[in-house]
Amino acid sequence: MKVKFRFIVAACVLGLLMTGPFGLTAALLLADAKDAERAAFAEFLIPRLPLGALITVLGFIAGLILLRSLFQQYVHGLLRMAETLRLMLGANRNFRVAPEGPPEVRELARAANDLAQQRDELLNDVEEQIRTAKATVEEEKNRLAALMSELAMGVIVCNLDGRILLYNSRARLQFKALAQGPTSMSGGALIGLGRSIFSILERGQITHSLENIQQRLRKGSAEPTANFITSTRGGQLLRCQMAPVLRTGADSATTATVDSLPPNPPPGEGGDNIGSQAAPAHDQTTATTMLGAELQVTGYVLTIENITRNFEREAERDQALQALTDGNRAALGNIRAAVETLLDSPEMEADYRERFTRVIADEAAAMSSKLEATMSRFADSLKTRWPLEDVLGIDILAAAARRIEDRLQLPIKHEDQDAELWMRVDSFALIQAITFLASRLQDHYAIRELRLRLSAEGRMVFVDLIWSGTTISSETLYTWELEPMNVGAETSPLTLRDVIDRHGGEIWYQRDKAVHSAFFRIVLPAAVTPEAPATDQAQHLHSDSRPEYYDFDLFAARDAAGSGIDPERRLTDLAYSVFDTETTGLQPSEGDEIIQLGAVRIVNNRLLRQEIFDQLVDPVIPLKPEGIPIHGITEAMVNGQPKLDVVLPVFHEFCAETVLVAHNAAFDMRFFQLKEDSLGVRFTQPVLDTLLLSAVIHPNQESHRLESIAERLGINVIGRHTALGDAYVTGEVFLKMIPLLADMGIVTLQQALDAAQKTYFARVKY
Amino acid sequence: MSYRILIVDDEPNIVISLEYLMKKEGFQIAVATDGEAALQQASSFLPDLILLDIMMPKKSGFEVCQALRANPALAAVKIIMLTAKGRETEVAKGLALGADAYITKPFSTKDLVVQIKSLLG
Repeated sequence: MKVKFRFIVAACVLGLLMTGPFGLTAALLLADAKDAERAAFAEFLIPRLPLGALITVLGFIAGLILLRSLFQQYVHGLLRMAETLRLMLGANRNFRVAPEGPPEVRELARAANDLAQQRDELLNDVEEQIRTAKATVEEEKNRLAALMSELAMGVIVCNLDGRILLYNSRARLQFKALAQGPTSMSGGALIGLGRSIFSILERGQITHSLENIQQRLRKGSAEPTANFITSTRGGQLLRCQMAPVLRTGADSATTATVDSLPPNPPPGEGGDNIGSQAAPAHDQTTATTMLGAELQVTGYVLTIENITRNFEREAERDQALQALTDGNRAALGNIRAAVETLLDSPEMEADYRERFTRVIADEAAAMSSKLEATMSRFADSLKTRWPLEDVLGIDILAAAARRIEDRLQLPIKHEDQDAELWMRVDSFALIQAITFLASRLQDHYAIRELRLRLSAEGRMVFVDLIWSGTTISSETLYTWELEPMNVGAETSPLTLRDVIDRHGGEIWYQRDKAVHSAFFRIVLPAAVTPEAPATDQAQHLHSDSRPEYYDFDLFAARDAAGSGIDPERRLTDLAYSVFDTETTGLQPSEGDEIIQLGAVRIVNNRLLRQEIFDQLVDPVIPLKPEGIPIHGITEAMVNGQPKLDVVLPVFHEFCAETVLVAHNAAFDMRFFQLKEDSLGVRFTQPVLDTLLLSAVIHPNQESHRLESIAERLGINVIGRHTALGDAYVTGEVFLKMIPLLADMGIVTLQQALDAAQKTYFARVKY
Repeated sequence: MSYRILIVDDEPNIVISLEYLMKKEGFQIAVATDGEAALQQASSFLPDLILLDIMMPKKSGFEVCQALRANPALAAVKIIMLTAKGRETEVAKGLALGADAYITKPFSTKDLVVQIKSLLG
């Protein structure tokens, strides 16, 4: 519009310029001329006027054409270029202006392109740097997670709300072992990212410890940690150490200065910080500059150790000590009194003397049998206090083999090793002992190969070092037992005998004439096989993706899954329990029952494959034969499994504070609802149905079966038709749906619920 | 006149030594083998000193000691606790409840006699 207007103005000016000077000259000449001249002039001019006008009009038209072309090339051309430049600025960074039009405009386009090029290079550079930095952070996170998962101690990291940001597998196993519930899930399920630590540990104790730490920080203590011992519902004792997570670096400096201004509340999450409330405002300035850390506790690390067994052992030891001391005082007192009386009374009559002697004999006998009884009763707890640890036997042998091959270049073979055996040993000393024996055999008997065997009998583990051919005398081993265990340049103050004694073990030499071989047998105490489910560990080690035991993004999420679920929260910020059931049939109201329940959690947009619920359920009613090929669950599998009245409350706890997600959720929810009254558990949280959401996203697709959706969204389907397998697929589908929903403007939970409801009614209408 | 001593212990094997020892020192002796008997004997026998065991049937030595000290008629009686419990806390408890001395088993008979004599003055 504006351009057109300017064009009209320009045309008018052109017209005036072409007619104006002529008209003006004519007017001046006419004013100056006499009448006769005027008449002659008019007579001469008027007949020729049309010609002049025609030429002027032609000239004007030519001028217009020129003007228009200039406008096209310069004004419109530049406007077009401006548009494409804006495009380059925003939507399409890679777009370039095509140099066209007059040379000046083309030059301008080229200059703009050069500028864009320069900008792109800079941007790429920045992006590259961000990517590298992110990768480093990611790598460090992974390293940390790997480190954590290797720790022998349970570690849990929480933010100030008590939400779990990280835990290692040991912590999970510890709590899993604690929950001696009727299902495989109870308790173990309670530890999870984003879950509250207070479901495991007492709130009061945590708060108290946090306050202690704040206090210590305020005093400038070098070790601001707190220890406490707590007992769980199952009566287990846990020793916990709490260390604060402090905000670090330059960040902390700014926080400190901001905090020191009394009217300003501490920024961000520091607002609810215990320490900042505790310190009076006028003290804060000095306190924060000196000990800025006080105000920046953003969370805490808990290391947790189950000391129930140690504690019991300690108590037993105590009892034994008690039995051996106080228990014998009386008897010893009686003996001493009798003996002293006898000695002091040489004049004592014979029958008195006889009675006193009897007392001494009886009491001495009583003491002996008491000592015997105590020893046998407390034998285990009186064993050496040397710090022994529970280790997997084959791990020790593998380490010993590596060492021997490395130090002695002696080939090692493994033979009949029971991979399940755990033993209680000082692993370093034991490996040293095995290496020492190998080196002696090599030096003195030139053996060319050594075989290691591992077996067990009752509470004893046998480690055998076997070689062929050469036999030795038993005395040789006795000599070796008492020598310091020196191998090559490595010396040790210990003898083989020390090591054996330390373990409460034995060692002997034996020959196996049938196969012409001989062996040393080391006997060691077996350890109770720890609860560690091997599969779990393996799964963790072999999965390609990083372990999902941590989520530091939750540091920022204040009260992420807090009290109730706010429907206005974004779908990306919520925690979900994605679940599926297998049932005896399709008619819940006609008595069909749940036979399997599987679920997996989604927190911070990640499917947490380690945080699962997977439980078979005894339906009490017989299975329908036609269902068995579909779900693959047989009578034998459900027999002896807990019933729904046990499983559903545990599942309810698993799902606490999360949104439920299922495919065709109405079906599964119907089963739950029918049980709600009788079992007293109610699933009140919002439910999202991937079937309905699929209809929202792809209203024109025919099939909204889980397989079809998964295929559409490019998800590999494995292990379907187990409840957990289907829950995995549903979870992946749901995660893919979230951005697609966002494209449609469906961002919050409420919007998703509304949209699902609308399609539901739409479908019902058909 | 000779002092009267009440021996309270449920174990005959120590009673025999104590009885012999006290008689040899010229004391008059009575024996009780449980807490209740000890209280009755204390009222009837009116001892000058009681050798009191702690672990006994019916009433523990602590209870007996407390009951004796609550009775003004027996306020002057000396009490030596003789016991197989050697923990500091128990010694403290015995003395706090009014025992004059606390001797843990095993003990030297000579020391016991010295202790008794010094208490009886």
